[in-house]
Amino acid sequence: MNNGKEIKFSDESLALVQRMMKRYPEGKQKSALIPILHIAQAEFDGWLSSETMDYVASVIGILPVEVYEVASFYSMFNMKPVGKCVIEVCRTSSCWLLGAEDVISHLEKKLNIKTGQTTSDGMFTLKSVECLGSCGTAPMMQVGADYYENLSLDKVDSLVERFRADGKRKTYTDKAEARN
Amino acid sequence: MGKKLLLNNDHIPGINTYEVYRKNGGYASVEKAIKTMTPEAIVEEVKKSGLRGRGGAGFPTGMKWSFLAKPEGVARYIVCNADESEPGTFKDRYLMERIPHLLIEGMITSSFALGANTSYIYIRGEYFYVARILEQAIDEAYANGWLGKNILGSDYSLDLYVQVGAGAYICGEETALLESLEGKRGNPRIKPPFPAIAGLYGCPTVVNNVETIAAVVPIINNGGDEYAKVGIGKSTGTKLISASGHINKPGVYEIEMGITVEDFIYSDEWCGGIKNGKKLKAVVAGGSSVPILPADLILKTANGEPRLMSYESLADGGFATGTMLGSGGFIVMDETTSIVKNLWNFTRFYHHESCGQCSPCREGTGWMEKVLHKIIDGHGSLSDVDLLWDIQSKIEGKTICPLGDAAAWPVASAIRHFRAEFEDHVRNSKKVIDPKRLVSNAVY
Ligand SMILES: Cc1cc2nc3c(=O)[nH]c(=O)nc-3n(C[C@H](O)[C@H](O)[C@H](O)COP(=O)(O)O)c2cc1C
Ligand code: FES
Repeated sequence: MNNGKEIKFSDESLALVQRMMKRYPEGKQKSALIPILHIAQAEFDGWLSSETMDYVASVIGILPVEVYEVASFYSMFNMKPVGKCVIEVCRTSSCWLLGAEDVISHLEKKLNIKTGQTTSDGMFTLKSVECLGSCGTAPMMQVGADYYENLSLDKVDSLVERFRADGKRKTYTDKAEARN
Repeated sequence: MGKKLLLNNDHIPGINTYEVYRKNGGYASVEKAIKTMTPEAIVEEVKKSGLRGRGGAGFPTGMKWSFLAKPEGVARYIVCNADESEPGTFKDRYLMERIPHLLIEGMITSSFALGANTSYIYIRGEYFYVARILEQAIDEAYANGWLGKNILGSDYSLDLYVQVGAGAYICGEETALLESLEGKRGNPRIKPPFPAIAGLYGCPTVVNNVETIAAVVPIINNGGDEYAKVGIGKSTGTKLISASGHINKPGVYEIEMGITVEDFIYSDEWCGGIKNGKKLKAVVAGGSSVPILPADLILKTANGEPRLMSYESLADGGFATGTMLGSGGFIVMDETTSIVKNLWNFTRFYHHESCGQCSPCREGTGWMEKVLHKIIDGHGSLSDVDLLWDIQSKIEGKTICPLGDAAAWPVASAIRHFRAEFEDHVRNSKKVIDPKRLVSNAVY
């Protein structure tokens, strides 16, 4: 159980999940596993507990191990609890050439955590990730569905303040903010 | 120059919506294909166009299409590769975000040509918001009769779906992509059988990059011969280049193949020169996997010819003095860049992204990262440079998929062209004992 909550999709999510499974030929419903895990992660506290994965297995009708082996392969799935805002800073190539390390160390200082850790109030997790396909607007970071590009340290500060004031969990499945 | 075939309308406000896209000639290729052409004739036009895969390998698209097996009563699939994870590459995102209907249109025309009735666009999970843009465009296409049953009153029907991944560079490799699409780990498959014979669900499948599929639209609209007139030699058409790094004007540029690298870097039409008036040191011309070249060799070939933005010219001289067009991820480095540290950054990437199936790649990428880290922190010896060379040579060509090669080439080329810088590093770096940095880099 996640914080004692029952693991069960909302009616809306369940309907979406069932629609998704129809996208594949008869007998190939396992194809929907990754999209469904995204929905589950968003709905059940931002990470995939073994209860969540067992539940997803039962919804699709596959073995739990088939879910574990997939969930653990992909970097967007969190295998342990994370903060409400997972800040993912690109550390590769052009972002690195243009100051990603400064952004990361600035965030480590500001949030008083190291990369990979979560703040004690459970608000932020800081991660460094590989190229997010936004190299022309480096340095950049992703939080939930949104890309924040052409970062300066000031911009990072004001974003962090905004997320803190907002206080909501951010997930990949959120509707993205309007882009320029 | 300046001919555009894909992004010619990208400045039009609202081109991301169906109405505006259609008003500007959108979906004409589908009309032409379904109403006036046979599938075989479409494949023929694509062959004539000389189009080569834009995902990195540059394989002729028409030829790939003609290899597709067509056993009676077996479904065929076309899967669009929108995984775009090669560092330095962001053109597919730009295209999908700006002109989503161009990809949808290309998918319909291509699916008709190959006789696929269900097609998928596999997009990297981080591009979730782009997936939503595509889904909206697909809904609009269904609502206007371009998708679904009996398209334009023909007996051709097509369903098109977007599938998101979840963060794994390897899923851009086509067989890993198919595994992922089937709901599994992204472990590449042993070839043969090739996807053209046994791909998605064991059925004949074509996997093509976003830009490749989009290029089918102008090819069908204007004819393969017209397309082949653009570009130079066997590098026909235009190419989307993702330009980044130390340049004044980073961004996505559609270029006619054949412009000089020098113009591309220094002209205000494209990169606009090196940032802050600095000097050019090196370029990685086709995404992180292709060999890095020093300034003199990227601007001119070893024979002193101007280097052009084309498959052939960038490859001129082989790996000794040339590189590859790859995905068109053009990463520019100025004189202040440390080639050694940049290489460490790349090797960390490949180590992180190796799927772990083949030991040369799984172990070798980790060792290359460690040895480079040791050199950077001042604990290296001259023999470590040879050790790096040795490790990369034992990965290349010895793995199931080309990720191993992709990890080896940056190391080999950096040592080939910048050996003195590695040796300087070994001789002159201060010994760093900074457990903090080690920790923050190691913890994901
Ligand atoms: C490690 C690795 C990563 C790749 N990533 C991508 C990618 O992100 N996008 C892409 O289109 N092709 C990628 N490819 C190439 C694909 O395997 C395949 O060749 C390509 O999708 C074919 O499409 P095309 O012929 O239209 O280029 C990758 C290959 C390897 C080995
Ligand atoms: S290098 Fe950071 S987004 Fe590509």
